[in-house]
Amino acid sequence: MVLAGEIGVVQPIIKVDRISKNFGAFQCLNELSFEVAPGEKIALIGPSGSGKTTILRILMTLETINSGHIEVDGDQLYHVERNGQLVAADEAHLHRMRQKIGMVFQLFNLFPHKSVLDNVTLAPILTKKMKRADAERRGMELLDMVGMADKAKAMPAQLSGGQKQRVAIARALALSPKIMLFDEVTSALDPELVEEVLNVMRKLAAETDMTMLLVTHEMSFANDFADRILFFDGGRIVEEGKPGEIFRHPKQERTQAFLKKIIAAGQRI
Amino acid sequence: MDQWSGYLGLILQGAWVTIELTILGSALALVMAFLAGLGRLSKLAPLRWLATAYIEFFRGTSIFVQLFWAYFVLPLLGVPLSPLQAGVLALGLNVGAYAAEVVRGAVLSVGKEQYEACVALNLNRWQCMRHIILPQAFIVMLPTFGNNAIELLKATAVVSLISLADMTFQAQVVRSQTGNTLIPFATILLLYFAMASALSWGVRRLERKLARGLDGVRA
Repeated sequence: MVLAGEIGVVQPIIKVDRISKNFGAFQCLNELSFEVAPGEKIALIGPSGSGKTTILRILMTLETINSGHIEVDGDQLYHVERNGQLVAADEAHLHRMRQKIGMVFQLFNLFPHKSVLDNVTLAPILTKKMKRADAERRGMELLDMVGMADKAKAMPAQLSGGQKQRVAIARALALSPKIMLFDEVTSALDPELVEEVLNVMRKLAAETDMTMLLVTHEMSFANDFADRILFFDGGRIVEEGKPGEIFRHPKQERTQAFLKKIIAAGQRI
Repeated sequence: MDQWSGYLGLILQGAWVTIELTILGSALALVMAFLAGLGRLSKLAPLRWLATAYIEFFRGTSIFVQLFWAYFVLPLLGVPLSPLQAGVLALGLNVGAYAAEVVRGAVLSVGKEQYEACVALNLNRWQCMRHIILPQAFIVMLPTFGNNAIELLKATAVVSLISLADMTFQAQVVRSQTGNTLIPFATILLLYFAMASALSWGVRRLERKLARGLDGVRA
């Protein structure tokens, strides 16, 4: 279900080609294919277990794949070419590829023994050999952008969930990835804290040309935020399109049933 | 009374040897614990086997026998050791084997999500271990390390068997010279207890210092 026409002549920055992934006997992804244009904001929606988080984790190299290929920014993610054949990539290749991708997790995954600023500066200092002073200047800019500059010296345990998540976003941005992956970043938050995180993401979408993929259960946010919605079910994309089409005129029965359930659960789209 | 102060001096000399053994033995044990504990978690199978063999061997045989090997058998193989060297070697290797399992358990106790954050931030395995996993695991190790250090302190008494003049050895000397058992052994009982108390106090302090900020309380 790839709408190649929509992408036009621009080379896709992500090209997922018939990816399958099994967890034991459970087939999580079933020959999944899709493409993402540079700068595109994509929301992945669908019932739990449909594979949307798994494909994000695969893009971050946190899972292995059983078959298929992924191209990121013109290079194979999991493969390298050797003697005209694609073979499994080594750690050094994955290390290079990860520079293009950042991820924000549902449970923040901050480093509890490091201050807010150290959380943000650690990776640039270690992986980009950035000078501490430069990393801290940039870190403070990013913390300022997410509204956390005044907490730079705090420890993660002193922060609310929403604050933690904003720090986690700044931390991922510190490596200036071309692609950002957001995995249900508001699901673990108290309802009154969701908005502060969504605001940061809106700002990010407006101010940068980063490619963003987000898995979410916040349909109204997906509606505002995304250029394109991918509806997942059973490890495949069942339907995709502009938010207006998917949310107002879903064509597939499964999409309709899913949205009906969401609305019955009290969400507004 | 004069006579007793001379004997007390003797016991205090022994106490110094005991302290020396405890410090040097603990240092060796700490190094071995990290080498073997991380070795068991290595991706390389030979490293894992080596670490496992070390741990199982030194946990599975008596410290007494290990000490006799270090002092009486190694010279036959061309490695002559002083009593102090043999004592430090046997104590360090023995306690290090126990502490290696502490290192391994503590490293495994750090959540999977911390490793995933390392991957997402593109840290390599060593950077992740060094900056993220070990600092968190170390706080978990500390209480048990304190236990291990106290075990080591008490095990130093076996070195008196290879004629090293530690506290227990000196107490025996005093006993044989004065015929009095109560006074020398009550003295070293108190001294061992004082040393062990100092050790646990130090470890607790370190624990508090390292855990600061982790629970959201800024001390």
